[in-house]
Amino acid sequence: MMSDTSQPTIRIGNGAGFWGDNLDAPVALVKSGEIDVLTLEYLAELTLAILAHQRSKDPGAGYVNDFPELLERIAQEMISQGDLRIVTNAGGLNPRACARRCGAILDHANLGHIPVAMMDGDDVLPRLATWSAEGVDLSHMETGQPIASVLDRFVSANAYLGARPIAEAMGQGGKVVITGRVADASLTLGPAAAHFGWDWDDLPRLAGASVAGHLIECGAQVTGGLWSGWDDVADPAGIGYPIATVAADGSSTIKKPEGSGGLVTVANVAEQLVYEIDDPSCYRTPDVDVDLTTVELIQDGEDRVRVRGATGRGPSGKLKVAAVYRDGWTASGMVAVVGRNAEDKARAAGRLVLERVKRAGFDLADSLVECLGANDVAPGVVPLLHAPYEVVLRISVRDPRRVAVERFCREIAPLITAGPPGIAGYASGRPSARPAFAYWAALIDASLVSPRLDVRTAAEWANVEARP
Amino acid sequence: MIPEDRPIVPLGDLAHTRSGDKGNRSNIGVVATDARHYDHLRACLTAEAVAAFFAPMGIGQVVRYELPRIHAFNFVIEQALAGGASRSLRLDTQGKALGTILLELPLPAPDPVETSP
Repeated sequence: MMSDTSQPTIRIGNGAGFWGDNLDAPVALVKSGEIDVLTLEYLAELTLAILAHQRSKDPGAGYVNDFPELLERIAQEMISQGDLRIVTNAGGLNPRACARRCGAILDHANLGHIPVAMMDGDDVLPRLATWSAEGVDLSHMETGQPIASVLDRFVSANAYLGARPIAEAMGQGGKVVITGRVADASLTLGPAAAHFGWDWDDLPRLAGASVAGHLIECGAQVTGGLWSGWDDVADPAGIGYPIATVAADGSSTIKKPEGSGGLVTVANVAEQLVYEIDDPSCYRTPDVDVDLTTVELIQDGEDRVRVRGATGRGPSGKLKVAAVYRDGWTASGMVAVVGRNAEDKARAAGRLVLERVKRAGFDLADSLVECLGANDVAPGVVPLLHAPYEVVLRISVRDPRRVAVERFCREIAPLITAGPPGIAGYASGRPSARPAFAYWAALIDASLVSPRLDVRTAAEWANVEARP
Repeated sequence: MIPEDRPIVPLGDLAHTRSGDKGNRSNIGVVATDARHYDHLRACLTAEAVAAFFAPMGIGQVVRYELPRIHAFNFVIEQALAGGASRSLRLDTQGKALGTILLELPLPAPDPVETSP
């Protein structure tokens, strides 16, 4: 493959930026015939909590089931495009179960012969207690809080693995690579490094492909999604998901499939370059510490942006562990409040509900009343110029006791008859108490974690035992 | 120095933004719409100005980083999310709206940009 830069390239398209993203986007990317590798990034920080909850109810769950469903839809294309490869973190908290399910689907679609790689070793939940007892520092990396106070409440703990085992899986012939927690950018760097045979100390190239991965990891956010000129985006309902054409020197071009909606400009790529980062001179991944401040963006024709100049330093030798622990119960309910004094009325109704819960004997650990429509999304920041005629009252609570939160859930409906007039929206029903989860992030020595690879044909995966 | 009698404009006249979360932190990327206004923004859009703007929400420390090659800044805001995405009771648990809200921050207007050479 050659591009206008006269360098060999690999075309990597990202078809999902989170679990719950557009189900048709990866299908469109594959059908465009414009990609060599399809990546799917499903695991936001929050996703772990949901997967942990599912796994607690069913030991065979805990992976992103959108992915096997996608394989069913693209199996015919995988046959006609025999070189297409797929890399995804859909394995979530249970990559083995995910590989087993995908194996069965591929086998059924006459793709039983293709190698499917499963990568795990990121799950460190069973080791937290031992590590803590051995004196491994697992303090919260933002707050410095020691882990002891919450140690018995963790439901998941995963180290962010890097691109190296992904590249190794592809080197062993893996056509479909299913991982658990990996750094988002590593989903792109892995296939690029495998394709070009980069050394793991070739920092400018590792940094370059990591920047490409960072730019495409959130899907449509780099092709016109979230763009401030949203009303100028062509065909937003048919928005194209991004393709990074990564060149042998690590530079890349960001584009979208021919004929798709959206836009790719220096301005919206710049917004994505600074999306969800900390210090831009040190964007840390397990593979390389990337300096984003040296990156240049150049418009290279309509809906094409060249990305070059990334530099990097060797990785820190630390891996981030993302963990989730049980933190009581939560619920929130919403109703619309109308009238000339809608905001005051809504706040009074909110206080009334919380007072009822209190008189029922529950002093809630945390509660919040929001008047949406009265600038309460960021309370107090932007002055309210006109009193709104209608607002949405949102009341939320959290408490260690399920029974306290369930009592709150029952106290909204009585507003129908006992609250102020002009409140609507009870028909959506009583809110439900949900388990609340809190997030813990720590840094550990990379040497504590060993990625494991298991490469078998799809047919073999279909028949492996549910438990190793 | 910026003269004190300058008209006031919202940040949204000079820049575009994008925000998100990492744990209990939020970050807001700010990109100058016109590269020629980058130095003006560097002078006025300080970490202190952003901290004062969001102060009513009870945020923590604000740090500003510069990306001059793409005429952008990154603001990292501590304790912006009241506990973070999986714990906050707020509707905007992930700070997705903070970037748009920052566009209302009032700033002195920059020198008029020469439009013809």
